[in-house]
Amino acid sequence: MSDNHGTDVSVAEHGDTPEFPLPPHHHRITDTDPKAAKRAERQVAAMFGLSALCTIGFVVAYVAIPTDTFVALGPIGILQLSNLVLGLTFGLAILLIGLGAIQWAKKLMADEEIIGERHPLGSPKEDQDAALAEFQTGLAESGFVERTIVRRTLIGALALFPIPLIVVLKDMGPLPVDALNHTIWRKGSRIVVDVTGKPLRPEDLGIGTLVSASPEDLDKVQEVEGNQNARAKASIILVRMRPSDIKSQQAPAGQTWDYQGILAFSKICTHVGCPIALYQQRQHSLLCPCHQSTFDLADGGKVIFGPAARRMPQLPITIDSEGYLVAQSDFQEPVGPSFWERG
Amino acid sequence: MTSTSVRRHRATGLVVLLAALVATGVGYAAVTDSAQAAAPQASETQVQAGRQLFLEGCATCHGLAAQGTADGPGLIGVGAASVDFQVTTGRMPLSAPAVQAPRKTPQYSAEQTANLAAYVASLGAGPAIPTDSELATTDANLAEGGELFRTNCAQCHNFAGKGGALSDGKYAPTLMNATPREMVEAMLTGPQNMPNFPNSTLPLEKKQAIVKYISDNLQNAAAPGGLALGSYGPVTEGVFIWTAGIGALLLAAVWIGAKVR
Repeated sequence: MSDNHGTDVSVAEHGDTPEFPLPPHHHRITDTDPKAAKRAERQVAAMFGLSALCTIGFVVAYVAIPTDTFVALGPIGILQLSNLVLGLTFGLAILLIGLGAIQWAKKLMADEEIIGERHPLGSPKEDQDAALAEFQTGLAESGFVERTIVRRTLIGALALFPIPLIVVLKDMGPLPVDALNHTIWRKGSRIVVDVTGKPLRPEDLGIGTLVSASPEDLDKVQEVEGNQNARAKASIILVRMRPSDIKSQQAPAGQTWDYQGILAFSKICTHVGCPIALYQQRQHSLLCPCHQSTFDLADGGKVIFGPAARRMPQLPITIDSEGYLVAQSDFQEPVGPSFWERG
Repeated sequence: MTSTSVRRHRATGLVVLLAALVATGVGYAAVTDSAQAAAPQASETQVQAGRQLFLEGCATCHGLAAQGTADGPGLIGVGAASVDFQVTTGRMPLSAPAVQAPRKTPQYSAEQTANLAAYVASLGAGPAIPTDSELATTDANLAEGGELFRTNCAQCHNFAGKGGALSDGKYAPTLMNATPREMVEAMLTGPQNMPNFPNSTLPLEKKQAIVKYISDNLQNAAAPGGLALGSYGPVTEGVFIWTAGIGALLLAAVWIGAKVR
C-alpha cells in the first residue's frame, strides 16, 4: 500500500536495521479489487476445465480417428491426423494444468514477502564430540584393530570380490584376433553390383561411372555367418577414370592394381567406418558425409581433407578368363577405422 | 502511238501471265518436293539449327567445335540425354561462372533444345533421350527401387531425396521437383559432379524402379510425425529445438517469474 509498509515488515520482527532493506511492497490488483480477483478465479478454473476437456478429447480421438487419415497443413506438410490430434490434446491437457496452477499462484494465492532466517549449518560441538566418542568405542569393542587375522581376511575377501565382474566381460565375445586384417575378397573373387548381384565386365563402366559392389559369394557367407560382418568389411566402390587422370596408385612397383582406369576402393571410411559413396567424378574425390573426410581416388586414395588419418585402401583388380572383373587378392591393408593392435 | 502502246500492254500481260504460271508450277513442285523430303532431312536441319544455336549460346565455354575449353567441358560423346537434362532444367546456359550450375527457368524452347541435342548427338555417340516407354514405371518394383535408391542415390541426395552438401560449396540437388525423364537422364549421363550409372551397370528396369520409388514415394511422402524440418536430420532438428524449444522454455520461465501487478 504505502512505502512504510515494506520497511515495516523488514524491521518489525527483529528491531535491527536489515543490511539490504526490502523494496516497498505493492499489492496486486486482485488483492485490492474483488472483481479482478473473481476474473482471475474464472481464468484459472477455465484452464483446468479446458484441460479436462482435452483429456476427454484425447480418449475420443484415440478411439474415433483412424490411423490412415492424413491431413495437409500448408507448409508443415502432410500429417497423420490421429498423431496430430492426440499430440495436441495430450500436450494441452498437461500444459493447461501447469498454466492454471501458475496463474493461481501468481494472482490469487497469498502475496506476502517473508524474510527467511538462516542458522549455522554445522552440528553443535558437543554433538560432534559425542559421535566421535561412540565411533571410537565401537572400534575398540569390535576388535578390528587387535584381531589382525579377521581384519586382513576381510580386506582380502573384499579386494577379490570384483574379480567375477571382470571375468564375465569375456562373454562380450571372442577376441577378433586377425579378423580385422582380412575381408572375404580373395584371388579371383568376381565383383558384382550390390543389390542386383550382376557380375561386371570392364566395358560396362564408362568414364565417370560409379558402382557400389561386393564379392560374388557375399550372400552365401552372410547366410553361414548369420550376420553382416562380412559386408561391413568387403563393400567396395568401383570407379572409372581416364588412365591419364590417375596420378598415383597404391600398387607397389611392378604391379598394376587398376584395370584400364577402373579402380576399386573400400567403401568404409578409415576415420570411424561410415560407408561412403559420395563420389564427385569431376575431381575424383570421395567425400564422407559423417565428418567430411575427403579422399582423392586419382591419387592413391590419399586424405585431402578431414579427420581421417589413413588413405582409403585400394583393392587390386583384374579380369578373369571369361572377361569379368575379379579381385587379384584380398586388400593389402586392413579396411575401416584404425584399431588398437594396428597402431 | 496509242495502238502500239496497247499492243505493248497486251504482250506484257501475256508475258506476266506466262511467268506467273511457270513460277506457280515450279514453286508448287519445289514445295511438294521439300514437303516429301522433310521427314528424312529434318534431323540434318535440326543439326544445322542446333549448331547455329550452339555457336551463339554455348561455344564461348564449350569451344567452337564442342571440344571443351578451360571454362567448360567438351561435349563430344555426352549424348542428347545430357543436353536435354542440362537445358530443360535451365542449368545450361550458365548465367555466371559458379562451382555448380543451379536449376533455373529454361532459356531455350522445346524445339531449340531438341535442335541443340541433335547437334551434340551428331558429334559422337552418347546416351539418347529416353522415350516415353522407357520412362514407364507401371511394371517397376517399388521395394527394389527403394533398396537401390538407398544403395546408390541416398548418400548424396539424402534418404528422403531432399539433397545434401558436397565439398567446396557444391551440392547434390533436391529430387522433389525432378521429373522421371530428368532422373533417368541424370543417371545415364552423370551431370556435373554426379557419377553416371549406365544401363550396363544399372539396367533400365532398375532405373524405372528407382524413378518409381522417387516419384510415388519420396515426392509424395507424408510426415506422420509432424514438421519434417526439411528431412535434413539432426542438424536442423538440433537447431530447431535449441532455438525454438529452449526459447519457449525461457519465455515460460520469464513469465513464471514476472512480478504481477
